[in-house]
Amino acid sequence: MARPLINVPAKAKKGEVVDIKILISHPMESGQRRDNSGQPIARDIINLLVCTYNDTEVFRAELFPAIAANPFLSFCTVATETGTLKFTWTDDHGTVDTATAPIEVT
Amino acid sequence: MTRLYRRRDVLATAAGGALLPLVPAQATPDTMAAAIKEVVGTAPLKPGKVKLDLPPLAENGNAVSVSVTVDNPMTEANHVRSIHLFAESNPLPNVVHVTLGPRAGRAFFATRMRLSTSQKVIAIAKLSDGTCWTDSAQIVVTLAACIEDL
Amino acid sequence: MIRFFVVALLAFAAVATAQKKSGYEFSSRETQAMQDDDAANPGFLWVQQGETLWNRRDGAAGKSCADCHGEANNSVRGVAARYPVFAPEAGAVIDIEQRINRCRTEHQQAKPLAYESDDLLALTSFVGKQSRAMSIDVAIDARARSTFERGKTLFEQRQGQINLSCSQCHDDNWGKQLAGSPIPQAHPTGYPAYRLEWQTLGSLRRRLRNCLIGMRAEAPPYESADYVALELFLMARAKGLAIDTPSVRR
Ligand code: HEC
Repeated sequence: MARPLINVPAKAKKGEVVDIKILISHPMESGQRRDNSGQPIARDIINLLVCTYNDTEVFRAELFPAIAANPFLSFCTVATETGTLKFTWTDDHGTVDTATAPIEVT
Repeated sequence: MTRLYRRRDVLATAAGGALLPLVPAQATPDTMAAAIKEVVGTAPLKPGKVKLDLPPLAENGNAVSVSVTVDNPMTEANHVRSIHLFAESNPLPNVVHVTLGPRAGRAFFATRMRLSTSQKVIAIAKLSDGTCWTDSAQIVVTLAACIEDL
Repeated sequence: MIRFFVVALLAFAAVATAQKKSGYEFSSRETQAMQDDDAANPGFLWVQQGETLWNRRDGAAGKSCADCHGEANNSVRGVAARYPVFAPEAGAVIDIEQRINRCRTEHQQAKPLAYESDDLLALTSFVGKQSRAMSIDVAIDARARSTFERGKTLFEQRQGQINLSCSQCHDDNWGKQLAGSPIPQAHPTGYPAYRLEWQTLGSLRRRLRNCLIGMRAEAPPYESADYVALELFLMARAKGLAIDTPSVRR
């Protein structure tokens, strides 16, 4: 399940505050559990999510193991101009993934 | 794709037998205070402006819905710079640090968090003028996080 | 824990199943809200993946599900409300997972997908989602009768170290608190379901296995026909309730 589930309104009025929601498929292994043979399970989480709007950062979240599996984040942004919201997230291995969503501003 | 593979591995382990939680280490009030200090520095924490929305009771600690709203303008001159969430009795007190600014339009975010036990959750907002505001809530967790499949 | 369970049950007065309630109604407001918003319901991560797989060519036949079935919204709408079903080609009652795997092996000439694999959960929840809000109505005709009876027996027989039946909890004591949570009526309206306890999506088979293990009973392997029998019985028992997969349950 490589793709995240992103919810950005397709259209908005200039100046309107819009709701953004993103779900990413990831176990968010906390590093605080042991398997049934008693071995600790290594921490493996998404530790950073950044959202840019036409290349300007509008939201950033530093995540810790207390964020639930398949992390969900919701926040707001002002619809300033037609363009692209880009989401970039980084996991504990340094792997960086991105996804985009268009927004049309009238 | 590697991520998917690892996820299956975890599932396979879960199916093979109970996953034992580590002895639930708890953040002490000291580690909590230290984590907060790292965020606010020496600024005094004032109650107000921040609204931490948390149910009084969670039926499972694995995914507790939480949101924070700050009653403050979001202009260049006066805005919320960051919002921070802490859980007092989790193994680690930090939950999430959110950075925002005037482009947010509204100082709000929502997420879902793990809570290892019933406890106090604290939200702190840092404003562009350097002041720090806070709200907290007590929550009862029926079933703790990290209890796996039987 | 076992002792608590038995003592707690003895304290209950029997409650008649006068009123059918989906598991949704036993969920907290927050869990319901998580289910109700498609943009926040984590089950939709799998539904989305299922849609991708529906349109992807696979197997030696080089066909996608969509090549034969077209728009899922049309072709498989209602399937989740009337499965498990007797399939003459299989000579047995089969559930949706088995139907999907039959299509893979017979029609796509592809390998069957493993139970609880993300791909099978994705396709099952994508197919299931097309029946959201439809009323459950499975057919128990002569060919399905023996499977139904087997399921009924499994539901009603005492089993496991705590020597209770599924029915004693879910027919006689639903609504009562067990270890801090209300006992639901066990209507499988929402599977595959995203369980908070699992922190992932899981099938009805996985849910049934959890209950059996909780009863300290032997949980047969995933492939066992007993699960299909239980599924058929439970779906018949849930007649009239609305499908709400992918649901969110604690
Ligand atoms: C080559 C054509 C073909 C392909 C490809 C195919 N199917 Fe089918 N499917 C059928 C046929 C024919 C049936 C009717 C039962 C039978 O004869 O197997 C069917 C039945 C079904 C049903 C049950 C419908 C009902 O009303 O009972 C479902 C659900 C289904 N398929 C899902 C899928 C999925 C998911 C895929 C892809 C993984 C898929 N099918 C791929 C031909 C196909």
